Amino acid sequence: MPLIAVTPAALDLQSLTAEITTGAAGDGAIATFAGLVRERNQGRRVRFLEYEAYEPLALRALERIVAEANESWPGTRLGLHHRIGRLEIGEASVIIVAASAHRADAFATCRYAIERVKQIVPIWKHEHFEGGEIWLEGATADPEDEAARRMAYRIACA
Amino acid sequence: MRVTVRLFARLRDLAGGTGELVRDVPAPATVQTVWNALVTEMPALVEYERTMSVAVNAEYARMAAPVNDGDEVAFLPPVSGG
Repeated sequence: MPLIAVTPAALDLQSLTAEITTGAAGDGAIATFAGLVRERNQGRRVRFLEYEAYEPLALRALERIVAEANESWPGTRLGLHHRIGRLEIGEASVIIVAASAHRADAFATCRYAIERVKQIVPIWKHEHFEGGEIWLEGATADPEDEAARRMAYRIACA
Repeated sequence: MRVTVRLFARLRDLAGGTGELVRDVPAPATVQTVWNALVTEMPALVEYERTMSVAVNAEYARMAAPVNDGDEVAFLPPVSGG
């Protein structure tokens, strides 16, 4: 199983965790995160989400996040899968697994990764809610924006 | 010269739903040249000029980046993954 993926298939946190664990012999901590499709968003009742990606660039952006995490927390291992296509309420849109010698770095790497996903990975949510649909838009993606990267780092270490 | 233009999410919707366009632009060209031609053709896109990101051949780039014959130029609205 690749550690980085953008896929229309259902995400499998257990398998990704097993994959990371296999290569993490001797480590003392694994932190995992799963982002799920929420039923309510900004007062709207969500029916389902459609995720779209610019896949080749999304994969490169995920690889970049892994490289950044390795700079900040040397020795950590990171797995990051993002789903695309139609997702129902409660389904996982993103899963992250971070392994490290100690819990602080595992938690921090995991949190850093999701913050950076939201900043620089070219993926978009098309929300279908009761009464309409809307493209959600967050950050202007700029991997060279050091202020954004520092903000993700601060959140990760909070 | 000929370039492939990729549009995503709401930018694609504003362009009539087509996410991949082939356009001829005069050389030498930059991402800005391609964008200007696109906005002339589809003025509604201009609302993204200040918030979008751009990529050339699936690498993030700047508006001033050079574009060559056969390149793929992508215009990306603010992202909302996760």
